[in-house]
Amino acid sequence: MEFLQPDNLREAFEMRASHPGAAPICGGTDIMVELNFDHRRPEYVLDLTRVPELAEWSRENGGFRVGAGVSYTRIIEELGESLPGLAMASRTVGSPQIRNRGTVGGNLGTASPAGDGLPPLYASDAEVEVASLEGTRRIPVAEFITGPKRNALGDGELITAFHIPEADGPQQYSKIGTRNAMVIAVCAFGLALHPEKGKVGACIGSAAPTPVRTKEAEEFIEGVISESDLWQTRREISGSALRRFGDMVEMSAKPISDVRGTAAYRTRAVGVLARRTLSWAWDEYRGGSR
Amino acid sequence: MKLNCKINGEFREAEGVWEGESLLYVLRERLDLPGSKNACEQGECGSCSVYMDGTLVCSCLVLAGQAEGRDIVTVEGLADEDELHPVQESFVEAGAVQCGFCTPGLIVATHDLLERNAEPSDAEIREALAGNLCRCTGYEKILDAVKLAAGKNGKGAS
Ligand SMILES: Cc1cc2nc3c(=O)[nH]c(=O)nc-3n(C[C@H](O)[C@H](O)[C@H](O)COP(=O)(O)OP(=O)(O)OC[C@H]3O[C@@H](n4cnc5c(N)ncnc54)[C@H](O)[C@@H]3O)c2cc1C
Repeated sequence: MEFLQPDNLREAFEMRASHPGAAPICGGTDIMVELNFDHRRPEYVLDLTRVPELAEWSRENGGFRVGAGVSYTRIIEELGESLPGLAMASRTVGSPQIRNRGTVGGNLGTASPAGDGLPPLYASDAEVEVASLEGTRRIPVAEFITGPKRNALGDGELITAFHIPEADGPQQYSKIGTRNAMVIAVCAFGLALHPEKGKVGACIGSAAPTPVRTKEAEEFIEGVISESDLWQTRREISGSALRRFGDMVEMSAKPISDVRGTAAYRTRAVGVLARRTLSWAWDEYRGGSR
Repeated sequence: MKLNCKINGEFREAEGVWEGESLLYVLRERLDLPGSKNACEQGECGSCSVYMDGTLVCSCLVLAGQAEGRDIVTVEGLADEDELHPVQESFVEAGAVQCGFCTPGLIVATHDLLERNAEPSDAEIREALAGNLCRCTGYEKILDAVKLAAGKNGKGAS
């Protein structure tokens, strides 16, 4: 094994190009487990923790460009106000030690259906920025993640950042597991309200081969809200509409049964999460804090 | 390869480091610092917790080369010479040490918590220590120890 340690992005692209198959490492919280257990023995490891460009975030019109190497802890502390859904999801990741090292770039790299960083990106229509010596591409997150543990990253490319709009309404993230910390999601649900646009974005985690947007449920609830003028009046969403939303989300789930839970449990549970997260977000909206 | 870093305030060099090994392995097997414990090797148990540039990390998840030039503090580096650090004292006084295997990681994680939050609530303590497992399940005494240490901190020790 050879260890490559670029000091800047340019050098990282060059090393990536000249060492095909080199495994990038950022926080190491996924790849080190594979190395420690000898599940993987790449010829080259490309350390991205010295590339300052990857550890930066900046504002751009209406949102943020967040470097692939910004840790969960920093997202919570530095971007928690502007990206509350992603910050909530970040708080559920592992433990302080894991959040201090783990990154959304690594979550996208691993592309696990249970990745907690992913549903908030889907719910907010985020884009993944990938780049190489050849240039830069921006890919909608739902196209970037192509399957369980698969993504659209090209051979010479690195994930450089993600672009995400600033929250324009309440957001929620909720996750089911056997304890509050250190669990891979049995299933999860992310939700974002966009009152100005009259939209609701939502995404299921860990109950299908990839995170899945719940288009039909979103359109249903958008219809309910606008028909009764609820964006303006901020009145309650009826219990039956909330339940219907949950039922429709259940229909989008395509879970498997595994050690963490049966398909039937997961399906039911995402419906409950959907109903609850919507009612929490709506309560916050009614409270008028956003 | 060679690895150079500052460990507990001293510049140290490790030779013959294999590119695929973890910082934990370097500390224990090459630098004679066995305080950080090796248990799960997958970041679940927290017994290998150390500071890297002031940040609490699982040293089993840091690839050796990533630590090059970094400032590492292990459980061995918290106290002065022959004394115990107030956090360590508190663990002894509260009876928070049973088999002792999880203790170094918990000490470092508690130290980190109290640096950031001098008077943590019970919920905050549980949250901060969620990444450290005690298989003797002495969690109640560990909570007592953290509160005791927070009290000592309040009296000027750090
Ligand atoms: C104890 C423990 C608990 C965990 N709990 C959770 C949890 O609750 N929720 C959750 O979602 N995850 C969890 N994880 C998994 C992991 O922490 C996350 O997936 C994290 O986001 C990975 O980020 P990283 O920077 O550490 O990735 P790394 O391990 O450094 O990399 C992960 C993968 O992405 C690739 N990669 C990394 N950066 C780039 C880049 N810039 N460009 C291209 N490829 C790249 C790597 O080659 C590798 O394949 C846990 C892990 C551990 C060890």
